[in-house]
Amino acid sequence: MTGYSATAGQQRWQFEDLKTLLAKATPLRSGDCLAGLAAGSARERVAAQIALANLPLKVFFNEQVISPDIDEVSRLIVDSHDVVAFAPISHLTVGDFRNWLLSDKATSDSLKRLSPGLTPEMVAAVSKLMRVQDLILVASKCRNETAFRNSLGGKGVLSTRLQPNHPIDDPAGVAASILDGLMYGSGDAVIGINPATDNYAAVTDLLKMLDDIIQHYEIPTQSCVLTHVTNQIEAINRGVPIDLVFQSIAGTQAANESFGINLAMLGEANQAARELNRGSVGNNVMYFETGQGSALSANAHHGVDQQTCEVRAYAVARHFDPLLVNTVVGFIGPEYLYDGKQIIRAGLEDHFCGKLLGLPMGCDICYTNHAEADQDDMDMLLTQMAVAGINFIMGIPGGDDIMLNYQTTSFHDALYIREVLGLHPAPEFERWLQQVGITQPSGKLSNRMPDQFSGLLDGL
Amino acid sequence: MNEIKKADSDTVIENRWASLRRYTDARIAQGRTGVSLPTEALLAFQMDHASARDAVHIALQTEPLMTALQAEGYRSLVLQSRANDRSEYLQRPDLGRRLNELALATLQAYRQQHPEPVQVSLVIADGLSSMAVQSHAAAMATAVLNRLETRGLSIGPVSIVTQGRVAVGDEVGEQLGAQLLILLVGERPGLSSPDSLGIYYTYQPEVGLTDARRNCISNVRPAGMSIAAASDKLLWLIDESMRLGCSGVALKDQSVSATGVNNHKNFLLPSDHSA
Repeated sequence: MTGYSATAGQQRWQFEDLKTLLAKATPLRSGDCLAGLAAGSARERVAAQIALANLPLKVFFNEQVISPDIDEVSRLIVDSHDVVAFAPISHLTVGDFRNWLLSDKATSDSLKRLSPGLTPEMVAAVSKLMRVQDLILVASKCRNETAFRNSLGGKGVLSTRLQPNHPIDDPAGVAASILDGLMYGSGDAVIGINPATDNYAAVTDLLKMLDDIIQHYEIPTQSCVLTHVTNQIEAINRGVPIDLVFQSIAGTQAANESFGINLAMLGEANQAARELNRGSVGNNVMYFETGQGSALSANAHHGVDQQTCEVRAYAVARHFDPLLVNTVVGFIGPEYLYDGKQIIRAGLEDHFCGKLLGLPMGCDICYTNHAEADQDDMDMLLTQMAVAGINFIMGIPGGDDIMLNYQTTSFHDALYIREVLGLHPAPEFERWLQQVGITQPSGKLSNRMPDQFSGLLDGL
Repeated sequence: MNEIKKADSDTVIENRWASLRRYTDARIAQGRTGVSLPTEALLAFQMDHASARDAVHIALQTEPLMTALQAEGYRSLVLQSRANDRSEYLQRPDLGRRLNELALATLQAYRQQHPEPVQVSLVIADGLSSMAVQSHAAAMATAVLNRLETRGLSIGPVSIVTQGRVAVGDEVGEQLGAQLLILLVGERPGLSSPDSLGIYYTYQPEVGLTDARRNCISNVRPAGMSIAAASDKLLWLIDESMRLGCSGVALKDQSVSATGVNNHKNFLLPSDHSA
């Protein structure tokens, strides 16, 4: 392998291998600097992008960023590649591919057909050449619809995960946030709790509680408790009601091992949850979370930049046909994504790459208090994500997660963006909101709390 | 905070379920104007975020801390990590885990003047909340050191490390030849908890050890765990570690069991429904 090069004026830049080229071509972010992989100068970055643009897509089959011999994610990527689907673009360079994606040749249907022919590295590569508007435009053409007790990802639909976290999992505290969310029309993607502990008994109490609430009020949505996948497999085996199986995933085998998982485990969980047949509209049962920087933080990135590692995680996700994939973009901290600018760009890259690979992408549009970011940055990312056609976002009372200590989107935020862009919740959930009187026939929130719910307050 | 005047009370739609706030600190029942957050709730959030930002970015004032420790009879040294400023500290965790050259020279000079090894080294690192350290570190340090002194343990100087992360304590402990390392650090501030102090304890500290060898006590602040409770817990950990000759995951914390004392019932279901 002789490497790759680019020339501008008198200067020539040499890039030793594909992973180096990808890393140097990546728009600036702190995680790549921390890993020592970032371009050394602004000119070197653009030179790498020029070299990358001239690279034939076929090169991605000749050179793997991580060898399939030592990494089962690479093995999965190689083994699951669909050569026939890839054929329409097989003659293109990465730069041509950007042009193709932005052209009228790329439609909702042609992108859907192309998806199995794309590898994560190709998709990561083209995203590195794209501006924010490119990421938005192409993603907005993709429609990746999934279903369980409702239909998610349709045109004009923006859904929310109701995230009723509580520092000690107090049932009334969790219920208070659920009620608050439902009254604001939140929760169609999933009602999903991050438990305070991974304690099996505590987790199953929460699972039963969520299931009871969904059944009692006949809410067309699904539940999830975000504990380790092995806990959920055990719960299924013991007959605990499980709608969706959650797991955090990453783009290398070693990073997944640091989460205590492998592909076989995910396959087992997917099969077990599918066999329960608890979905009424569809049977997508997996809920994955990802985020740039996870492989580096586990020291498991093999010299691959954090965005390419992230897109490799989507190859893992698509293998299991998930209901929801959530990139938790700003949670990891400023050593990976320093400020609002880096968080916004990363979120849009993740959404674009995931959508292109066929995934039902959502985003935890979020930040921590030690990142250079604030509510204005979140408003910008939320607005851009919704224009790009994101499937779902988070919903938390006031945007303040009192258990995980970070800020994400609020119930109000979802209503804002639905109002501005004319978006709706999942159709089944929207009908339920009207039936129980949370919304008016116009779709706007009622000014009065429905009696069924206000009655609950009297006995307290 | 001052109340925001509400000139037009017809505009904001209040929520009937505000009484549920007794069960959670979550920002429920905030009401809405149109679909948006009312001004009062918006500014309350902004003030909380501002407190958290200030906790991260306002530099720790070491003088008052040294004075407070001196008043209790504890000498202190001021050191810095290899991170030169906050921006570098936030982006390069590796630099915040090691002492800079001046700090190493200071400790070596101290060792030359006091060649006898010490048993206990207490380190205070600003971490991600100078507010937590400024407010609670001196009281926490003296509470613990007083109790350790009465047990006859020899105590080294208190080391105050700016731009410091948890692991920087290991290097201090190693330099001082300490057997026990207690590190107080400002924790990552939450929106409603900008002043939370963390305590990390390590038996036989050395550079390069992992979290698996540390025990952590978190959320020490007036609205969280009290200094007295944290001291009890830490003293229990110290006693156990000296008995077993280790710290970290091998040392399971069995000192307290009282959690989840405020478990209230899920009110969303009729009473015959809950198991």
